[in-house]
Amino acid sequence: MKIPIQTKGRGKAALKPAKGGRAQAPRNEVSLKDRLNSAAFLAPSFIGVLVFFILPFLVVIYYSVVDNPISHNFVFLQNFANVLKNGAFRKAAVNTLQFSAVAVPLAVILSLGLAVLLESKIPFRSQFRTFFLSPMMVPVASVVLIWQVLFHYNGVVNDFLGHFGFQAIDWLKSEQGKIVLVLLFLWKNLGYNMILFMAALGNIPQDIIEVATLDTSSRAQIFFRIKLRYLSPTLLFVTIFSLINSFKVFREIYLLTNDYPFDSVYMLQHFMNNTFENLDYQKLSAAAIIMAVVIVFLIGFLFIAEDRFGKDVEG
Amino acid sequence: MSKERADREKKRADRGLRPGALEGGRAQRRHKERARTVLVTTIAAGFAILFLLPTVLTMANSFMSASEISANYGKVFATNDTGGKAYIAEKVNLKLIPDMVSFSQYITVLFKSPEYLLKFWNSVVLVVPIVAFQLLVASLAAYSFTRYRGRFKEIIFFAYTILMLMPYQVTLVPNYLVSGWLHILDTNWAIWLPGIFSPFGVFLLTKFMRRIPVSVMEAAKIDGAGEWQIFMKICMPLCKGALYSIAILVFIDYWNMVEQPLILLSDAEKHPLSVFLSKINTGEIGLAFAVATIYMVPCLLIFLYGEDYLVEGITYAGGIKG
Repeated sequence: MKIPIQTKGRGKAALKPAKGGRAQAPRNEVSLKDRLNSAAFLAPSFIGVLVFFILPFLVVIYYSVVDNPISHNFVFLQNFANVLKNGAFRKAAVNTLQFSAVAVPLAVILSLGLAVLLESKIPFRSQFRTFFLSPMMVPVASVVLIWQVLFHYNGVVNDFLGHFGFQAIDWLKSEQGKIVLVLLFLWKNLGYNMILFMAALGNIPQDIIEVATLDTSSRAQIFFRIKLRYLSPTLLFVTIFSLINSFKVFREIYLLTNDYPFDSVYMLQHFMNNTFENLDYQKLSAAAIIMAVVIVFLIGFLFIAEDRFGKDVEG
Repeated sequence: MSKERADREKKRADRGLRPGALEGGRAQRRHKERARTVLVTTIAAGFAILFLLPTVLTMANSFMSASEISANYGKVFATNDTGGKAYIAEKVNLKLIPDMVSFSQYITVLFKSPEYLLKFWNSVVLVVPIVAFQLLVASLAAYSFTRYRGRFKEIIFFAYTILMLMPYQVTLVPNYLVSGWLHILDTNWAIWLPGIFSPFGVFLLTKFMRRIPVSVMEAAKIDGAGEWQIFMKICMPLCKGALYSIAILVFIDYWNMVEQPLILLSDAEKHPLSVFLSKINTGEIGLAFAVATIYMVPCLLIFLYGEDYLVEGITYAGGIKG
């Protein structure tokens, strides 16, 4: 590229171009014509988002507080109460949250481990990066067959564990199904997270590390006291993305077990699919809003936590 | 000079070190360093095998003949149609290298069973327009979010960010409602339109464009270029790499889709291969391996040629706080 672009800035500064950008282009100098021009560029996308996401979402909110789409009687929180009382929803919510609570921290910690692993001077580093990233590119549907061969009752994993005296279990049709899901999730998502951590590790100011080394800090000290602080925005981002992706694990379950999964892997998406079949708009709307609220709440919480933790290295 | 050296030796002796001890320490450290490298490389190699094996096994199995597959996996994909004649191994037999490399599965898929190719084509028809038009719409929007930023636009951008973070379980309900109103349920439009207007591309491209120095675009403006010219002649060429990256990320995301077609396309004929693969008859498991491999070929080709763009794309996404 001929014109310098700050793709690799110095740590935090590069992650936050917002402030610098605004300072360079004061708003009051912008003419009306420029504003209209610029609005025209946004129009196609904004109209699309408005029509396909925002307006219907408002309708979803409306549906969630009326009794049915025809009579429109206002029932306030009744639909939410019904959904929360619903056994299937509860099971799905508990399963999904349990899965995310285990899979997300593991995904963050293990991918950070991989990034640190590749940071050290070892041969074939770029090949390893490619290998770790490759599952991300493999469609879930393509590897489902192998998962079946591995985790079937007569499958390879049971065969292998049998040598050590373990009882064979039907992995996908038992409580252990969750373990399989976590493994599949990690397999697919670690590479993506690792790339983010590698980029962030590369952005840590090298002089600080050097000073610490001269002060005879150990590797562990440098990692926990210095690097982890600089990684905190990336930790936040990786956690959020892993959380979002953990809701997509339905794909694996659906492709492995079709419409009727074992209880332990019955997820929120299954609940939604079933509700779509009956087209119970009230239930759907209330469930969607409950999920949206929970996610906004979780992400908000993560942002606040990161703000506390990473304050002293920012800016 | 010799006095100095004698001094040094004396100091060392005072600290209880034998002469030449420091050199020994350095050798020891180097030894430790090497041991560490070996250890780290071994761990990395172990992970690499775990990460690669499922993909490699799928490909390897696609080159096995139908009888070899049923012999190896009969225990898992038990079928009735073999009539007890076929040999089925007592245990599942996971093999990396086929006994005999056979292209029979591929020949069946490509020339004898049109339904697989049809589903593959469905996938292409569903995904390619989404990638192309999402990039187009996103480039325009990202340019707008980059130039002349006011409070109103920041609010819209924040809304896009929140939307991007919402899982399908939330966005599918609004999508379904609109598709119903527009009478496009069960048509490809129900998948295309929400995909094209998905805020993901806008978000990523905006992150990238905001790193282009404002002065570059201002200079063009002073030279008399209009907004459209700045966009086409300056902004777009600079974003080429980012566009590739986003195209790859969007492509993988939609090539993998399962949730949307299940809900928005009730007609199974229109389903993409990603959904159809799970419904393959257990008797045709050998075919399934070949189809699975064909299905991952586009992704692997993209990965082979675009890995650096992919990595860059993932890295832009890292600045969610900006």
